Amino acid sequence: MLWCEYPGAVLGIEVLQNYGCRMASGLGLTLQLVAISFGIGLIAGLGLALLRLNAPRPLAWLVGAYMTVFRGTPLLGQLFLIYYGLGSFRLFWQDVGLWWLFRDPLYCCLLAFTLNTAAYQAEIFRGALIALPRGQREAAMALGLHPVPTYLKVLLPQALITALRPLGNELIVMIKASSLASLVTLFDLMGVTKLAFARSFDLTIYLVAALLYLVLVEIIRRLWDNLERRLTRHLALA
Amino acid sequence: MDRYITLLSFGPEGWGAALLSGALVTISIALATLPFGLALGLAVALAKRSRHAWLRGPGTLYTTIFRGVPELLTLYIIYFGIQMLVQSLWTWLGFAGTIEMSPFLAGVFALGIVLAAFSAEVWLGALNSVQRGQREAAAALGLTSWQAFRLVVFPQLFRVALPGLGNNWMVLLKETSLVSVITLQDTMFIATRANVVTKEPFLFFGVAMLIYLFFSAVSAAGLAKAEARTNRGFAAPGAR
Repeated sequence: MLWCEYPGAVLGIEVLQNYGCRMASGLGLTLQLVAISFGIGLIAGLGLALLRLNAPRPLAWLVGAYMTVFRGTPLLGQLFLIYYGLGSFRLFWQDVGLWWLFRDPLYCCLLAFTLNTAAYQAEIFRGALIALPRGQREAAMALGLHPVPTYLKVLLPQALITALRPLGNELIVMIKASSLASLVTLFDLMGVTKLAFARSFDLTIYLVAALLYLVLVEIIRRLWDNLERRLTRHLALA
Repeated sequence: MDRYITLLSFGPEGWGAALLSGALVTISIALATLPFGLALGLAVALAKRSRHAWLRGPGTLYTTIFRGVPELLTLYIIYFGIQMLVQSLWTWLGFAGTIEMSPFLAGVFALGIVLAAFSAEVWLGALNSVQRGQREAAAALGLTSWQAFRLVVFPQLFRVALPGLGNNWMVLLKETSLVSVITLQDTMFIATRANVVTKEPFLFFGVAMLIYLFFSAVSAAGLAKAEARTNRGFAAPGAR
């Protein structure tokens, strides 16, 4: 018996034993989707927030429009628009050599998730930067600091602490939203669960999946609590 | 270009009327979910800060579960779960035949349960912002605890809770797109079907996105107005 069949066997849930290995690989895909899109979204989000605040008017406006559109429409629609919509311009993508991206549901999913979370994370960073007292920027200017070290040494370290909690919430939102991958034929945790249910008609498998997601979210929550406590220990009242 | 105009028109070849009805279904689900979700959320919030541990425990368990499980999964569990439950009850009672669960009810129920979990946190924060003295003063005036809640605490609660509840509403509006997977004919469902028939996915999903964007923009403007109105008795920040 494989390791991934044990939980089902021990708990006496037949459907979990039969689909245990697929569930494990589905969980792996879910984690992969979230890690990649959230990771790229983190860097892109920070860059977009800086552009939104500092770039010349037309560019800043464009970034603002991007954020509004991706935060104002459902992720499911964005996913379908990319996978079915952009994927329908096959000849064009073949000409520019990007067909490999729009052909593959996995890449489309990653693209949609990344664009979506980047917009939300940009808003989080923007809010955190705006919330800083004006004096911080002015003091850095008075000291003759170049804008780059002003951001790296003065503004960002403070803003990141404010942004930490909403970023944790966004990560949890992404874990849950990654279940949409199952709607474009991917076998993430949700996709495998749907398959198992469609074949066994045993609702237990949905409850098992719910429990797995719950554990995942709870782990992130605990992790984030610790991270926050550690990063703000210099601010704690002695 | 002509083809696109024909496809989006309200004529026999066009999907205009279908898309409009989809948009109506989207907004009806959101509006039907709102009162149910907010009321349940307030009840859960009150349970979470109750004096009795047997109310606090389930309250916390409720918000932990429904904030942690993907909405799509909650939707499936409720749609299939309730269907199976009702079906087995039906058979157990000795009736023949099958029962179909209304997707609209399942959708509203699932979204409402999730909305309740998230709005409970908002209500909780707002409840904490109403000072103890307000309740005590109400008690001193001889109001019953229900009267104190209805006439003293709740009006103050709403002002503080509104921004958070507004966020909940915006999330709900987008989450309604999930009900298309249980065959409810909302905007996403119509766009998907139009795509299957016409093979114009970019056009129809694009239009669907514009519909959601429209609802979001109108909601954002409406919420800004409502917030200004609930704050009219208070000085603007920085004006002190």
